[in-house]
Amino acid sequence: MAANRPRVKVPKTAKKGDVFQIKTLVTHAMETGLRKGKDGNPIPRDIVNTFTCAFNGKTVFTMKLEPAISANPYIAFYQQATESGDYTFTWTDDAGDSVSKTASIQVS
Amino acid sequence: MSHQRSQTLTVNRRGLLGALGGGVLVAAGAGLAPRAAKATPEDAGKWVAELTGGKPPTDDPRVALDLPPIAENGNTVPVTVTVDSPMTDGDYVTKIHVVAEGNPNPGLCTFELTPACGKAEVSTRMRLARTQNVVAVAELSDGTVISGRKEVKVTIGGCGG
Repeated sequence: MAANRPRVKVPKTAKKGDVFQIKTLVTHAMETGLRKGKDGNPIPRDIVNTFTCAFNGKTVFTMKLEPAISANPYIAFYQQATESGDYTFTWTDDAGDSVSKTASIQVS
Repeated sequence: MSHQRSQTLTVNRRGLLGALGGGVLVAAGAGLAPRAAKATPEDAGKWVAELTGGKPPTDDPRVALDLPPIAENGNTVPVTVTVDSPMTDGDYVTKIHVVAEGNPNPGLCTFELTPACGKAEVSTRMRLARTQNVVAVAELSDGTVISGRKEVKVTIGGCGG
């Protein structure tokens, strides 16, 4: 199952030098590979293993996820405002499928 | 009239017995369920050593974990790791590893930070199988490796298995 419904919260405006929080959420089952299905066979692992955040094309934050991260992974982190631009968020799962979302910020 | 009342009573008693029997079966099933293999603090240490290139972390009050003291549901335990760092180009946190000492697999996640972060604070939600220590290991730009830990009591584990 590919990740879907990415949601991000980035302030629309910020003053130069401000430190602000970015919150992200994506819908994904994050199947651990430890659970057994109804037929007694293990359900294969299927997780979002990488999350990246790039600002104007430059990677500023990366997270490597393990099966111990909860379903529908929530990730929050901080950024410092330097210039106006676009944040691009990308989630990649075990099958190699990825989903992206972009958010802009106006820095004064 | 009195006959009818005794019949109602009988039905109630049957219903009660059935419910009790069902309860016993459920309890037995839970006891027989296979348990996932658990990591030990040594396994967790090995995992960290692999990631940090063999450098043993030193406990440092600069690494703080914000966790609930008691997690009622092990499936989603909120965690926030804060590292006291100026986050400038010359002195910043490069990586934060989060490790669970009692999960089937010790690794939880790794955050890779840059000076653009402005503040070394990250949050996520994790699965915990049982009551255990959660360890955060921070790698700094000058090569030092520091860590902090906190115990979480877990009421219902959340790792399947």
